[in-house]
Amino acid sequence: MPRETTMDKSKMVVVEGSYAVAHSVKVCRPNVISAYPITPQTHIVEDLSQFMADGEIPKCEYINVESEFSALSALVGSSAVGARSYSATTSQGLELMHEVLFNVSGMRLPIVMTVANRAVSAPISIWNDQQDSIAQRDTGWIQLYAENIQEASDMTAQLFKISEDKDIMMPSMACMDGFILSHVYEPVVLLEQDITDEFLPSFDPERTLDPSNPLTFGAFADPNYYTEFRYLQEQAMQTALKKIETVADEFSDMYGRYFGGLIDEYQTEDADIIIMAMGSIVGTIKDVIDRLRENNVKVGLLKVRAFRPFPAEAIKNVIKDAKVVVVLDKNISLGINAGALFIETKSVLYNTDIDVPVTGYMIGHGGRDIPTSTIDKIIDDAKEIMKSGIKTESQFTDLKEELV
Amino acid sequence: MNQISLLAPGHSGCAGCCDAMAAKFTLMGAGDNCIVVSPTGCLEVMTTPYPETSWDVPWIHSLFENAGAVASGIEAGLKALGKKEKTKVIAMGGDGATLDIGLQAISGAFERGHDFTYVCIDNEAYMNTGVQRSGATPYNASTTTSPAGKVSFGNPRPKKNMPAIIAAHGSPYVATTSLAYPKDMIAKVKKATEIEGPTYIHCHAPCTTGWGFDTSKTVEVAKMAVKTGLWPLYEMENGVVTKVRKLGKVKAPVEDYLKMQRRFKHLFTMEGGEEEIAKIQDIANMNIEEYGL
Repeated sequence: MPRETTMDKSKMVVVEGSYAVAHSVKVCRPNVISAYPITPQTHIVEDLSQFMADGEIPKCEYINVESEFSALSALVGSSAVGARSYSATTSQGLELMHEVLFNVSGMRLPIVMTVANRAVSAPISIWNDQQDSIAQRDTGWIQLYAENIQEASDMTAQLFKISEDKDIMMPSMACMDGFILSHVYEPVVLLEQDITDEFLPSFDPERTLDPSNPLTFGAFADPNYYTEFRYLQEQAMQTALKKIETVADEFSDMYGRYFGGLIDEYQTEDADIIIMAMGSIVGTIKDVIDRLRENNVKVGLLKVRAFRPFPAEAIKNVIKDAKVVVVLDKNISLGINAGALFIETKSVLYNTDIDVPVTGYMIGHGGRDIPTSTIDKIIDDAKEIMKSGIKTESQFTDLKEELV
Repeated sequence: MNQISLLAPGHSGCAGCCDAMAAKFTLMGAGDNCIVVSPTGCLEVMTTPYPETSWDVPWIHSLFENAGAVASGIEAGLKALGKKEKTKVIAMGGDGATLDIGLQAISGAFERGHDFTYVCIDNEAYMNTGVQRSGATPYNASTTTSPAGKVSFGNPRPKKNMPAIIAAHGSPYVATTSLAYPKDMIAKVKKATEIEGPTYIHCHAPCTTGWGFDTSKTVEVAKMAVKTGLWPLYEMENGVVTKVRKLGKVKAPVEDYLKMQRRFKHLFTMEGGEEEIAKIQDIANMNIEEYGL
């Protein structure tokens, strides 16, 4: 059953999304923060620098590195000596980290990083879509996508807890839509220090670089061993599936807020049409659903919160009785004319007895606005599919034909 | 403490391997209370075939180009956890990882002033991947990507002056050394690791496989580089040369050094080789004058 979140209005403050995230990082008591500026991530590391300058983050080292590549590389070292380690990035910065991302997950270092999602170049674009983090989907990082500022903020503490679990030890990305969430002011409840201290124990890894017990990290593995390392990483991801849900529940019990575990549902129980989406767009979709429900259109929303690990079972359970599933993607896997969530969703339905039409829309690239009228149009298409079946599996929305 | 045991025997390095010697001397200088980071290279491959390891100190390999950044993070992490006081941080990598692909991360680390020591084991080419030229490959050396041929004497450019680049970052201590002089190297590493701030040791390290000499001659070849003036041994403190190892009156001609190695063999057979050898002698002469060898 979908769960309502209760917000204590007396505790609410109106802050920028980046500030809320930076505040969360602060109360998670990080030991090392590395920072390199890139829009629209910058406000997060700026706020963290100010906290440092004001002495508000004790027992923490802040490294102003010379590139995103070194931002993550420095955290490889700090995490390996047992320091809770954090950075934030976006777009080209995340792509520059690509090689290090594999390295971090391969060495099982539970680094947490906020990604203020942004389009990738060329052409250069500073505005939001989710191509940057989706392009990193195979690097072995847990990826959660936030619906709003409150969730982006709360997710930070949840991810430290998930990543640092001894049975998981995998790094994670808290993905929030750039500008749409990072630069917007909303009323939120900031994480309280005392509750967070209780929720998130200090980082106590079983293995560290320590001269009193010398260990070798990052050895090379020949074909006799390499496969087993990959297998164990996948096992950890599967373990994380359960942990993401457990931690969301624990968080809800302590803070009173719940934004879903692997997924969240809105009006799905009797829905003929189910829209699947990730990130801030789900807020827009909820508004459209509220309006359409008044007119008895049976439409619901499946918010995908965890993209890695991919919540195959949870998704199957929700969409199995729908008549049409519509998947929205703020990304494209070039060469197959579809977005990643669409491809994954279709893939998990194969070899099952679930026979529901799935259609995909690539939407909101490079910061293009997604008005409610676009969602309306997509739902109209879905109604048509219920009658006459799928004609186009996946397509761009709001394409300006005159420009191509 | 048995310092020799910090790099255990049984690694898979070639007979006469320069990396094994340089790593051993580095650890003898640093002692056992250190954490070592190595970028990709022979040293990493030959000492850490999972599930075995040659390292009796904590050791981490990340990537080819990020040892400087990883060392920064190790230092910052130790500081945050209150463990830095007693622990030395050392990065140890080859010339490709140091002068070429890893230069940016090293530059960043030195500019930020992290307290660690970087040791470059310079065997003057990318040995791990089959002897390709690097920024440390000397003038006229034949490598697989700068081969001597009918119209080429090999690598057309002199070595990049890495110690000078590091000194320009404001490092409190930069020194050159050679694996042929273990006492010199051990003392310099010890000094470097005891000085607070980012310090740098550049170790000349002949590679039997890449340079083409008998596996028993590593030390002999290395000594000859020093004796000719091609590899001066000096220390710099805060950007100023403070100590130089003098060669005395009898300096060996570069020819004696070049003819020991296959990578310079073409200079002795090709037309115009003598003039090229003379140019290399000029490089040695300039060093002799500059450092007062």
